[in-house]
Amino acid sequence: MHNNDSRKVHLGNTEIEIPPIKKGLIGIIILVIVGLILLFTSFFVIEADEAGVIRRFGKYVRTTNPGLNLKIPFGIETLNKVKVKRVYKEEFGFRTIKPGVTTQYAKRGYESESRMLTGDLNIAIVEWIVQYRIKDPVKYLFNVRHINESIRNIAESTMRRLVGDYSVDEVVILGRRDIAYETKTEMQKLLDNYETGIEITNINLLDVNPPDPVKPAFNAVNSAKQEREKMINNAWEEYNNIIPKAKGEAEQTISEAEGYAIDRINRAKGNAEKFNAIYSEYRNAKTVTRKRLYLETMAEILPKIEEIYIIDSKQKNILPLLNIGKNVKQLVK
Amino acid sequence: MKRGILVIIVIILGLIVLIDALYIVSETEQVIITQFGDPVGGAIKKAGLHIKAPFIHKVHYFDKRILEWDGNPNQIPTADKRYIWIDTFARWKIEDPLKFYQSVHNEMNAHSRLDDVVDGATRDNISSNTLIELVRNSNREMKSTEERETEIDTTYLIPIEKGRSAITDAIFNQAAKIVPQYGIKLIDVRIKRINYVKEVRQKVYDRMISERNRIAAKYRAEGEGEKAKILGEMQKELYRIQSEAYEKAQKIKGNADAKATKIYAKAYNKDPEFYSLIQSLEAYKTTVSKNNTLILSTDSEFYKYLQSAK
Repeated sequence: MHNNDSRKVHLGNTEIEIPPIKKGLIGIIILVIVGLILLFTSFFVIEADEAGVIRRFGKYVRTTNPGLNLKIPFGIETLNKVKVKRVYKEEFGFRTIKPGVTTQYAKRGYESESRMLTGDLNIAIVEWIVQYRIKDPVKYLFNVRHINESIRNIAESTMRRLVGDYSVDEVVILGRRDIAYETKTEMQKLLDNYETGIEITNINLLDVNPPDPVKPAFNAVNSAKQEREKMINNAWEEYNNIIPKAKGEAEQTISEAEGYAIDRINRAKGNAEKFNAIYSEYRNAKTVTRKRLYLETMAEILPKIEEIYIIDSKQKNILPLLNIGKNVKQLVK
Repeated sequence: MKRGILVIIVIILGLIVLIDALYIVSETEQVIITQFGDPVGGAIKKAGLHIKAPFIHKVHYFDKRILEWDGNPNQIPTADKRYIWIDTFARWKIEDPLKFYQSVHNEMNAHSRLDDVVDGATRDNISSNTLIELVRNSNREMKSTEERETEIDTTYLIPIEKGRSAITDAIFNQAAKIVPQYGIKLIDVRIKRINYVKEVRQKVYDRMISERNRIAAKYRAEGEGEKAKILGEMQKELYRIQSEAYEKAQKIKGNADAKATKIYAKAYNKDPEFYSLIQSLEAYKTTVSKNNTLILSTDSEFYKYLQSAK
């Protein structure tokens, strides 16, 4: 293109006049410019978390590693940088508005993503996230268009299919986290079938709830459950108050009976001893002892009695005329 | 000079012709060549630099990647007359760009054909299956909280025959048979979402609420029952403890009484008459008080000497 004879330079279709004096200088300037363009379009830097995919005339030729790299300039080789180390996140049923210490979430308007039918034809609200990274940048770039939408659709479809095999109790109350694991396995299988080059790193069920209108009823079940426990505890409390006391009282009754037994037997023994002692003497002098005992007794009891009537055994008729008792005395007065 | 200029012009023209003869096919693309509107040769799917006849041949680019189709949610009644919203999506690719170009020309038209085909297949298969077949995929045994087990409406727990995967497969097979005429290959069709229509949803909520209420009532009744059971057990235990103690006490007392009786009998049997004497005398001592009136005859042992001391 550089024509020294004509002092003209053809660049594409334009013709530029070149003053003869500056021939050598122009040549240097052009060389420098061309050199700079070559430099900037040939060298490129791949960051540590990236991979560079090079296409020559649209055909994939190589993937470069992080660092300074070289390619053929002027659009012959083109470069796509893919963040292979970064973990991407898709949210279902909510969106993070402002991440931070207290992250803010938006949930309104995303119910259609989180509302699902369970296997017993109830409804559960499941909020979850899918985390993934680009495992194979070549497949990622060349095999599927709008891969993000694909991942979202597959995630929703897989999660719903699995939730459809669980009861609402398992999803909401028993918190079957293995749904997340199964979803991950299934999704990975599908993504591999599509040859997306995507690797699912994690699926997390975040918030799993009954639908809002049903929530109070679910809570009522919990409080009823606690009420039941409370009733049972109260009954046991009463049981534990009364039974040990009754056991103590039973011990008391038995001890008292044992006391009574000791008392009875000891008294019997004492009385028998006493009788035996008296009897052994009585045997020696029966008549005298009998009399003595009788008289001693009479002497003891007679002073206690206020009214004693002694009647001569020969005067048989007086007795009926005699007014006996205190009442009679009062009547006389 | 003139020759020089001519050479340059020739070179430039040559370049222009060369540039038009060359075209690049990217990894994500496939092309067909037309000559004045008529297709020439087959589809070119290999990425790289290609050559065609300049100016005469025109290159048409089509995407080679897997493409998405996301259907609009459809309201369809199931075989058991439940009204649901169903939202499907599909993956597809342009398998035969020539056919594709001739029959639908571009992706927008292809989408509209796919709408018809996939929606139709979906409608056919949804309306010929029951809801439970659509929701569930296996006869996995579902568990519930203990208390709910008896409360579950078992009509929803009948075993399924096909399941969601089989039905989506049926939708896919039906649709996949139709689309090759458009140069399209359907890769899969999946159900993204199934939901009750709004009116039905409210009824489902009502059912869920009443089910939970029944469970709550059951918990409370269980509490009452358990309480009564414990209190009954307590009363029983109480009676047992008290009666056992009474039995033991009476036995002890009885034994003691028997023993005492034996002791007394042994002693008193030596002379029952004497025993009755002293026992009577003892009894007099304790029973006679000052309010008593005693009438004694001088015949009595005690006073017989009042009459005479002989």
